[in-house]
Amino acid sequence: MQFPILSFIVFTPIVAAILIFLIPEDRKNEVRVAALAAASFALVLSIWVYFAYDIQAGGYQFVEQVSWIPALGISYKVGLDGMNAPLVLLTGVVMFTGVLISWGIDDRPREFFTFLFILATGVFGVFVSLDLFMLFFFYEIAVFPMYLLIAIWGWKETREYAAMKLTLYLFVGSVIALVGALAMYFTAGLGTFDMLELEKAGFSREFQILWFPFVFIGFGVLGGIFPFHNWSPDGHVAAPTAVSMFHAGVLMKLGAFAALRVGLMLLPEGAKFHMGWIILLTLVNVVYGAFIASVQTDFKYVIGFSSVSHMGLVLMGFATLTKQGFIGSGIQMFSHGVMTALFFAVVGMVYDQAHTREIPKLGGFRKVMPIVAVCFIIGGLVSMGMPGFSGFIAEFPIFMGVWSSYPLIAIIAAISIVITASYIIRVVGRVFYGQMPQEFEGHVHDVTVLDKIALLFLSFILVALGVFPGWMVPLVESGVEQILRLLGGA
Amino acid sequence: MSGSVFNVTMFLAILPELWIFVLASLVLILDLVLPKEQHRVLGWITAVGLILGILISLLVAVPSEQAQFVWGDLIRFDRLGFVFKILFMFGAAMTALFSSNLEKLGQRGDFYVLMLVSTLGMCLMASAADVIMLYLAIETTSIPLYVLAGFYKEDNKSTEAGFKYLLFGAMTSAIMLFGFSYLFGLTGTTNLYALVNQVVQHQLSPFVLYGVLAFILVGFAFKISAFPLHFWAPDVYSGAPTPIAGYLSTASKAAGFAVLVRVLWVGFPEIQPYWVYVMTGVSIATMTIGNLLALAQKDIKRLLAYSSISHAGYVLIGFVAVSELGATSVIFYLIVYLLTNLAAFGTVAVFEKTSGSSEIASFAGLSRRSPWLAMMMLVSFLSLAGMPPFGGFVIKFSVFAAAVQRGLIGLAVIGVLNSIVGLYYYLTVLKVIYLYRSEEEQVAVPIPQASKVALAVLCIGIIVMGVIAAPWFDIGALGARALW
Repeated sequence: MQFPILSFIVFTPIVAAILIFLIPEDRKNEVRVAALAAASFALVLSIWVYFAYDIQAGGYQFVEQVSWIPALGISYKVGLDGMNAPLVLLTGVVMFTGVLISWGIDDRPREFFTFLFILATGVFGVFVSLDLFMLFFFYEIAVFPMYLLIAIWGWKETREYAAMKLTLYLFVGSVIALVGALAMYFTAGLGTFDMLELEKAGFSREFQILWFPFVFIGFGVLGGIFPFHNWSPDGHVAAPTAVSMFHAGVLMKLGAFAALRVGLMLLPEGAKFHMGWIILLTLVNVVYGAFIASVQTDFKYVIGFSSVSHMGLVLMGFATLTKQGFIGSGIQMFSHGVMTALFFAVVGMVYDQAHTREIPKLGGFRKVMPIVAVCFIIGGLVSMGMPGFSGFIAEFPIFMGVWSSYPLIAIIAAISIVITASYIIRVVGRVFYGQMPQEFEGHVHDVTVLDKIALLFLSFILVALGVFPGWMVPLVESGVEQILRLLGGA
Repeated sequence: MSGSVFNVTMFLAILPELWIFVLASLVLILDLVLPKEQHRVLGWITAVGLILGILISLLVAVPSEQAQFVWGDLIRFDRLGFVFKILFMFGAAMTALFSSNLEKLGQRGDFYVLMLVSTLGMCLMASAADVIMLYLAIETTSIPLYVLAGFYKEDNKSTEAGFKYLLFGAMTSAIMLFGFSYLFGLTGTTNLYALVNQVVQHQLSPFVLYGVLAFILVGFAFKISAFPLHFWAPDVYSGAPTPIAGYLSTASKAAGFAVLVRVLWVGFPEIQPYWVYVMTGVSIATMTIGNLLALAQKDIKRLLAYSSISHAGYVLIGFVAVSELGATSVIFYLIVYLLTNLAAFGTVAVFEKTSGSSEIASFAGLSRRSPWLAMMMLVSFLSLAGMPPFGGFVIKFSVFAAAVQRGLIGLAVIGVLNSIVGLYYYLTVLKVIYLYRSEEEQVAVPIPQASKVALAVLCIGIIVMGVIAAPWFDIGALGARALW
C-alpha cells in the first residue's frame, strides 16, 4: 500500500488541535509554535501532493479506502483529481498564512488554534472526500468551529449576531442537501455512498430534476449564492482576521465545490434542466455584489461584498456547463481564495493599527507600511482581472464560457469588472495614498515580519499563477474532462 | 418451554438482574457497616460492581441468535434485551460516579440501593415478553425513581418533583394497566408473542384494538416523555438531584423505548398503519414542541429537559420507519444519546456543586474557570446538536436515513429543520460558556475524581462512537434482528 498522503493532510490539523489543547494554558508561545509547525507540515504535504499528481494519467489518484459502516455502504474514501488538487493547496496556504497572521492573538490562543485546526480538518476532508457521507461529515466539522471562532474572537459589535446567522444559514443549507443525498442513496439502490458508484447509478430524469435544486442551492448557500448570500459579508466582517481569511478564502469554495461534486456531477440531467435560471441568480451575485461593495464605507464590508461578487463568477462558470466555464471556475476558486485571504489579512493589519475601518477616516498608510500597500495593490489587480495576474487566467475563460452560451449575460456580467476596478482603486487611493490624518501620526507602525512573510507569500502565488499559468491550467483541465464526460460531452 | 425444571439458560437470562440484586444487598450492608466518613466509597463500589456485571454478562450470558423464552414465557432471552441491559447498567454506573461527591445524595447507601433496584426493573422491562411481567418491571423501575426524584427532603423543589413524578406516573400507569386488562379480556393471553395469533383467531375488530392500544400508549408516552405526556419532564428534571435527572432522561427513557418497540412491533402488527400514523404525529409534535420550548429556557436543567423531549421525537422518527434499519437506528440512537446526555447532566452537576446555581447565565466565564469542563460541555452539547465528529451526528443521520428509506421524506425534512432549532439553543449555551465574562472568573471549578473518570469515559465514548461508528451500529443491528 502506498503512503496515505491525503489522510496525513486531512488529519494533521485535528491531531495538532488535540495536542495543542494539551499544552498548559499559560504557555502561549509554545501554543503558537506548535500551531505554526503543524500548519507548515500541512502546507508542505499539500504542495507535495499537488505537484506529485500525474496529469497524464488523470482520474482520481492517491485514493484510499477504508470501510466505515459496512452495513450502510459508507466508507472513508479520499482521492485527488484536477478539480480538488488546487483547493487542497489553497487550504494549506491559507492555513499557514492564517497562523502567521494570528500570532498576536492573546485571548486564549490555545482554544483559538484548537478550533481553527478542527475547521481545517473539516475543509481538507470535504475537498478530498469521494464518499457522500464523509463529505457531509467533514462539511459539518467545518461549520461548527466557525461559530465559536467568530463569537469569541470576533469584532465586538456584531459577532454574536453574525456568528449565529452564519451557522444557521450554513446548517440549513447542508441539512437540506443531506436529505437530497439520502434520497439519492436509496433511489440508486446500490447500497453505497461511494460517489464514483453513484455517478453511474443512472437516476431518472424526473428524479434529477426534482432533487438538483435542493442539493445545488443547499450547498450553494455556503458558496454565497443569491439570495442566500446574506450571511457572508456579515460573517466576514465580524470574524477575526485569520478566520475571515479561512472563511472567504476557503469555506466559500467548500460550498461551490460541494455543489459541483454532489449537485452537478451526480445529477447532470438536473443541472442541464435548471441551469438556465440558476445562471441568472449568479448574475445577480456578480453585478449586485460589486455594486454593493462599491458603496460601502467600511473597508471590511467592501472586501466582504467583493467576495460575493467573485464567488458569483465561480458559480456562473459552473452554470455555463461548458469546458471554458469549468476551467475558469476551477482556477477562480484558487485565485480568489488566495486573493481574498490577502485582502482580509491587509484589512486586519490596517484595523489593528488604526482601530477603525471607516475608509474616509483612513489615509496615507503607504508611508508606514509600504509592503502591505504593495501587496494590497497586487491583490487589487488580481481582483480586476488584470492580465499578468491570476485573476485574468481565471475570469477570462469564465467570460468565454458565458459568451458561448448566453452572450447577453456575459455583457451584463462584464459590467462588474468596471465596478470592481472603481472600488478597488478608490480603496487604494483613500487608504494607502493621500494624507494621513493627524491622529494616526506616530501611532501607526509597520506590521511584523511574520505578517510581511504571509503577505509576500500570498502575493507571490498570485503573480506566479498569472505569469506561469502552466502549473495549474492543465491540471484543472484534466479534472474538467471528467465532469464533461458525466454531462455527456456537452 | 415450561418453567418446571430449572436449567442454566434460565439463570443466564436474568444474570444481570441477579447481579444487580446482589450488588444492591451488598451496598445496603456496607451502608450499615462502614463509618460515615467513608461513605463516599459506596459510589465507587456501585460503579465498579456494575461494570463488573457488564463484563461478566458479556463473557458468559450473551444470548444466542435464536431467542429463547424462559421462566414460564415471562422473559425472552434475546439480544435486544441484552443490549439494553448493558446500556442501563452502564448508565447507572456513570450516575453513581456523578452522585458520589454530592453530600446529601451520594454518601447515603439507600440512594444507591434505590437506583440499583430501579436499574433492575429496567433490565426486566427490556426483556419482558408478557404484559404482566412488563407491568411489574415498569413499577419496579418507577417507584424507586419517584423516591429518587424527591430525595432532597429539605428542598421544596425536589419534593415537588418527586410528588409530581409520582402523581403523573401513577395515573398513566393505571391507565396503561387498564389497557392491559382489556387486552387479556379480549384475547385470553398476556403473552406478547402469542397476541398476534389470538387477534387473528378471534377476528377482533381493529377498532377495539385501537382503543386498547391508546390506553397502553399513555403509559409508554409518559415513560419516553413524548407529546402530550411530556410536561412533567422539565419540572421533575429541574427539581430532582441533577445526576438523577440525567438518569431519568437517558436510561429510563431508553427503557421506555425498548418496551415501546417490542410491544407495538411484535404485539400489534395487525394494526400497524394505525399506530404508525399516530406515532408519526406524536414524533412531529414531540420534537417541535421540545425544541421550541427549549428556546425560551433560562435554566440549564429545564433546557436539557426540553432537549431530551425533542430527542424522544427524533428516536420516534426511526421508530415509525418500522424496518430493520429503523429498529437499528432506534437502538443506536439510544446508545449514543445515553452517553451524550449523561455527559451533559454530569457537567452540570459538577458545575452546580461549585456555583450552587443551574441558571444558564451563571455558566458565564466557565471556559476561563475550567477549560476542561468547558470542553466537555462543548463535546456533549455539540453531540446533542448532531455535529460530527461526535456520535450525535451519526445517530441523527441514521434515523433520517431510516425515514427516507421508507419514503417518509416529509418527516425527515421536519426532523432536520428541528435539528436546526436545536443547534441554535445548544450554541447559545456554548456562547455563554466561552464568550461571556463573569466576576467569579478567578474561582476555579474543581472536578471531583469520580466525575473526572465518568466524564472522561463518556466524552471519549461520544467521540469514538462518532469516529468509529460501525461496531456500535452493528450492535444496534444485532438488537434489531432479535426483535422477532
